[in-house]
Amino acid sequence: MTAESINYEQGDSLLNSAWKGLRLSVRLLAYNKVGFIGFLVVVFMVLLSYAGPLLIELDTKTKIDRIYITPTLEHPLGTDHQGRDIWSQIVNGGKDVIYVAFLAALISTVIAVVFGTLSGFIGGWVDSAVMSITDIILTIPQFPLLAVLAAFISLNSLTLLGVLMGLLNWPTLLRALRAQALSLKQRDFIEAARALDLGVWHIVLREMVPNMMPYIVVSFALGMTFAVYQQAGLVFLGLVPISAGNWSVMIQLAWVRGAIFYKDSVWYIMAPIVAIAILQLAIISMTRSLELVFNPRLRASE
Amino acid sequence: MATTADVSNVSTERMASPLSAVRAIWRSYFFRKFLRALATIFIVTTIIFFLVRLLPGNPIEIYVNQLIVTYGMPVHEAQDQAAALFAIDLDEPVILQYFSYLQNLARGNFGQSVLSPGTTVTEVILRFLPWTLFSVGLGLLLSFTFGVLLGVIMAYRRDSWLDHGFTVVSSVISSVPDFLIGLLLVVWLGVQWKIIPIGAMRGAYSSGMVPGFNLEFFADALFHGALPISTYVLTSIGFWMLSMKSNTISTLGEDYVTIAKARGLREWRITTAYVGRNAILPLFTILTIRVGFVVGGSLLVEQIFEYGGIGRMLGQAINQRDYTLMQGIFLIITFSVIFANFFADVLYGWLDPRIKLQDN
Repeated sequence: MTAESINYEQGDSLLNSAWKGLRLSVRLLAYNKVGFIGFLVVVFMVLLSYAGPLLIELDTKTKIDRIYITPTLEHPLGTDHQGRDIWSQIVNGGKDVIYVAFLAALISTVIAVVFGTLSGFIGGWVDSAVMSITDIILTIPQFPLLAVLAAFISLNSLTLLGVLMGLLNWPTLLRALRAQALSLKQRDFIEAARALDLGVWHIVLREMVPNMMPYIVVSFALGMTFAVYQQAGLVFLGLVPISAGNWSVMIQLAWVRGAIFYKDSVWYIMAPIVAIAILQLAIISMTRSLELVFNPRLRASE
Repeated sequence: MATTADVSNVSTERMASPLSAVRAIWRSYFFRKFLRALATIFIVTTIIFFLVRLLPGNPIEIYVNQLIVTYGMPVHEAQDQAAALFAIDLDEPVILQYFSYLQNLARGNFGQSVLSPGTTVTEVILRFLPWTLFSVGLGLLLSFTFGVLLGVIMAYRRDSWLDHGFTVVSSVISSVPDFLIGLLLVVWLGVQWKIIPIGAMRGAYSSGMVPGFNLEFFADALFHGALPISTYVLTSIGFWMLSMKSNTISTLGEDYVTIAKARGLREWRITTAYVGRNAILPLFTILTIRVGFVVGGSLLVEQIFEYGGIGRMLGQAINQRDYTLMQGIFLIITFSVIFANFFADVLYGWLDPRIKLQDN
């Protein structure tokens, strides 16, 4: 930290080095084409979901004469069973999905990183205890457990839903991160840090975690896809009494209203399915590029 | 690590004292896996007991209150009825209730359905569970077999159009949630293009069919299971393909493969006995995770196809808040997954003897 700040005062200004770092990040990001496209799509969807609602208002007015219209200029994706614009619902319906997925992924990744690295690094009985608990939770089928819990706890807030999913989804991520911690532990620079007696927290936070960043990012992305799947599933089963519309609610409504049965109504059920599928695919593709961006070795070599 | 385990194994063989026999069993891979399975069952049942019995606003309390409010029943009578349904004696101290709950579970007594008293949960489970085991099991088996085969082919034909095509298709399909794939099958193949008679394929078998071990019934069961099974295959095959491809590529670089080639062994033998066998091993540890995932997905997939399996029953039980049924089905699903994992562990230990020593 101190070495870096001295460096800034001498040569580069802080702004300049930040600019350099940003340029390097963009270059690494664009290195893998599939990953870069995934990244752009994710950025687009986040923008669409958070800035879009400011421009495109949610259409809530029932228009009996305009039920299930196929796409026109006025309604790019047609209308639903009450004649409301589907495009406006897609624009307004992404926010919740992304928020819940982000929250769940954040919680499960933090749990996985803290306990995965500590357990891999400390080893011994700590490792055995953490791994036994992880293996046991991993064997319980997550989605049925979540569904059963939803019957006991009324999941009426999105935050509660995200927290609950975050608290259940960490075992897979933890196993992957622990395996990484175990292999890092054997490396020379960790040995050196231990010989210097730098302390567990210093070694884990300053030496191991930066080197595990690519895997942590992948875990986070995986955590998001789990959460998108689970929330859509819970809503589909009718277990989340959330009134506001989002993509999952749209799928459920379209299914319940029998939108599958007519040629013109297919737009209503397909729009949210495609939106969720694109989001999932983009998140998974994006990890290819993020792995590069967060790899400290690639940065050091510049 | 491995050497110390070797030494201790040898020494236990030499001295056949009872104590060392006990130690040998304790060290045994299968025994420890079995113990883990038991521990998992114990923990899951305990969690469920506390959820059902002790949480404020737990289902027993709700049910008792419901009886009092709607039927004007005296408290004690309502409690008696709840106790009968949940197979729990509410007058006993909680700890004794817990023990008798465990005892009942061990005997296969899961209580009675809240909504249709007289139907035991065990009856429901026995009727619907086999169909989920059949469809999920067959789906996993098919996707594993074909995924592994295609993965090997992709690894051998690296960078061909076949490899690229399969990679793109499998990554796209495996990132779409399984029940959305099911929805797409219903929407397009079933309703819009009318290629598949989805209406006739509902349920586990056609009405009027007598279940039995004959070809006709098996064909009928396959007809009804075809959609969920294809969904499981479609959504998990890509995962196996990609994992098997990367495992095969790394195995191809191993020295023993080069030596096998130098020895002039036939290509087919190298592919099956040297490359394939070693590349497939790590997949067994992933199988553990996949089983739970596919079983979880069956809850939604069966709902979409209206398949007569336990997943659909669980969905209904949760929606109608039929707590005893819900509890019983959830436990039995978890037990099935635990058993499948134990089976995969045993198979893995048998296929790869190294793992038994490594694990110590």
